[in-house]
Amino acid sequence: MKKVVYGLIFLLAVIHQDVWWWDDNSLVFGFMPLGLFYHALFSCMAAGVWAMAVKWAWPSDIERWAESADEQGGDQ
Amino acid sequence: MIAAPTLVALGQAAAPASRTPLVVICLYMCLLFALGWFSSRLFRGSSKDFFVASQSIGPFMLLMSVFGTTMTAFALVGSTGKAFSLGIGTYGLMASSSGLIHTACFFLVGIRMWSFGKKYGYVTQIQFFRDRFESKALGYLMFPILVGLIIPYLLVGLMGAGKYIFGVTVGMFPETFAAGAIPEWLSGLVICAVVLFYVFFGGVRSAAWANTFQTIVFMIMGLVGFYVIADALGGPAAASEKALANAPEKLSREGLMTPAHFMSYMLVPLSVGMFPHLFQHWLTARSAKSFRLTVIAHPICIMIVWVPCILIGIWAAGLYEAKELIVPPPNGDPNPNAVLSAMVKTFMKSSPLLIGLFSAGVLAAIMSSLDSQFVCIGSMFTNDFFVPLKGQVSDKQKVWLGRGFIVLIVLITYVISIFKPQNVFNLGVWCFSGFAALFPIAFASVYWKRVTTVGVFTSVIATAVTWALFIYDALGREVGEQWFGVEEHGEYLIAGVMPVTFICLASVVALVGVSLATRPPSRDTIDKFFPANG
Repeated sequence: MKKVVYGLIFLLAVIHQDVWWWDDNSLVFGFMPLGLFYHALFSCMAAGVWAMAVKWAWPSDIERWAESADEQGGDQ
Repeated sequence: MIAAPTLVALGQAAAPASRTPLVVICLYMCLLFALGWFSSRLFRGSSKDFFVASQSIGPFMLLMSVFGTTMTAFALVGSTGKAFSLGIGTYGLMASSSGLIHTACFFLVGIRMWSFGKKYGYVTQIQFFRDRFESKALGYLMFPILVGLIIPYLLVGLMGAGKYIFGVTVGMFPETFAAGAIPEWLSGLVICAVVLFYVFFGGVRSAAWANTFQTIVFMIMGLVGFYVIADALGGPAAASEKALANAPEKLSREGLMTPAHFMSYMLVPLSVGMFPHLFQHWLTARSAKSFRLTVIAHPICIMIVWVPCILIGIWAAGLYEAKELIVPPPNGDPNPNAVLSAMVKTFMKSSPLLIGLFSAGVLAAIMSSLDSQFVCIGSMFTNDFFVPLKGQVSDKQKVWLGRGFIVLIVLITYVISIFKPQNVFNLGVWCFSGFAALFPIAFASVYWKRVTTVGVFTSVIATAVTWALFIYDALGREVGEQWFGVEEHGEYLIAGVMPVTFICLASVVALVGVSLATRPPSRDTIDKFFPANG
């Protein structure tokens, strides 16, 4: 599932380049320019994919390691 | 600065305007003072609390403080002005790409950085890099570069606020100030004083509280302002129809940008992965789980703020072309940074109270970034510059050093802001470009064991040199006489793409090429930062 999530993130990066309606200035719902509507929808899709990443690609190992006994060793 | 006669001639300052918006703004500032006082009562007195809030910030406050920090004059004043000039493509350039890229930085880099901060007690980004790359000298190299990149970002906030307040207060004080408006130096002074008050006493904890409050304020007021402006224009459909009739090019991207330009902008949001002030906010998280809400909700929060701003920008373009909106001209052309205040003044004029509330929202967006940046620079001066030079410093001294450096940086920024007026959005993009080009170092530090100290040094120098060269070419030389790029639609492009593309390329080539050619890091360092189970 992790690979699917990373694949979807890559897909989002690709479909962000929406050249297919580059010169289309028609309005969706009577007020929203098509290009803007698509990218607003893109923001929602991004949130959805990140929700999937949290569910299926969460770095639990890192979290466990960090929250094990603290080891203050930084060069401070 | 716009001369009074110009605005009187344009009809914006014919009679003294209502001062109610200014009263509301002053009340908002008082509220922030009170919040600052309350949050400073929660300060526990230690340097860890001052710089990283004792790693006690939960999911909601983390979302609000991270999101509030990334939204500044750039997001509200700049995006509306940019949409006025470049149309709807502005959203894809910065907002939707940020929903993907910012969040990728939080998820892929932020959580790992937090884990090292938690495990090894770092409070600044440079402390981490010094350990990870086994070099104190790297800290001294990165320190002036990171501070030098944050200062333009701070200026973006202060100048954006000054320009906005100037615009909405035109005509309020005809006997006192030019154009009857609050001058930029005065609004900058007040903003600096308020932010300084709460970060001085409470450090990053106060910044997180103030950011949470201010983020809620600017999101709500942004939506209310959008609704009121749309209503005054006869509804969103009528407003968009007018834009379509008078400025149809602003509703698409044809002729305003090319696909290559659009794609290259995707590199700019990588900057959040290297922002020292965001790194500091990441470290405030109580646990890795605190990141979950931020990762999911950040793209939606961006959409809630940016879509209304873009629509207001294109509506303004339609109204301007139809000669129904006056946008103050700096040099014969309309000033993009004045578009938002012109729309607010024109279409909320029946309700000065609403103008005041909306303006408080704009200032909230700006101040929610300034506070984090001020605390961060104070933190860097203390922990990355003074303490390594001086040696042992007590915990209490660290807090006072941090406060002293915060005051110093506020003063420096304020003085520069008075003398360096620039296009807010473009200045922001240059600053982001520099941070974005340093991002490969952050990414490599948590994913690539083979990256070496010399590789990082070379990458930082390559970034600094190319960035300085391009910014000099873009801003320091006359249009038509530039060495590398050309101005297109108000953007400086090299071979049709953003300069960040070439700065990033130089950074990556130097990082990878030199790392592969030099001695790998020690086994101890690899074991420390790449634990077998993580």
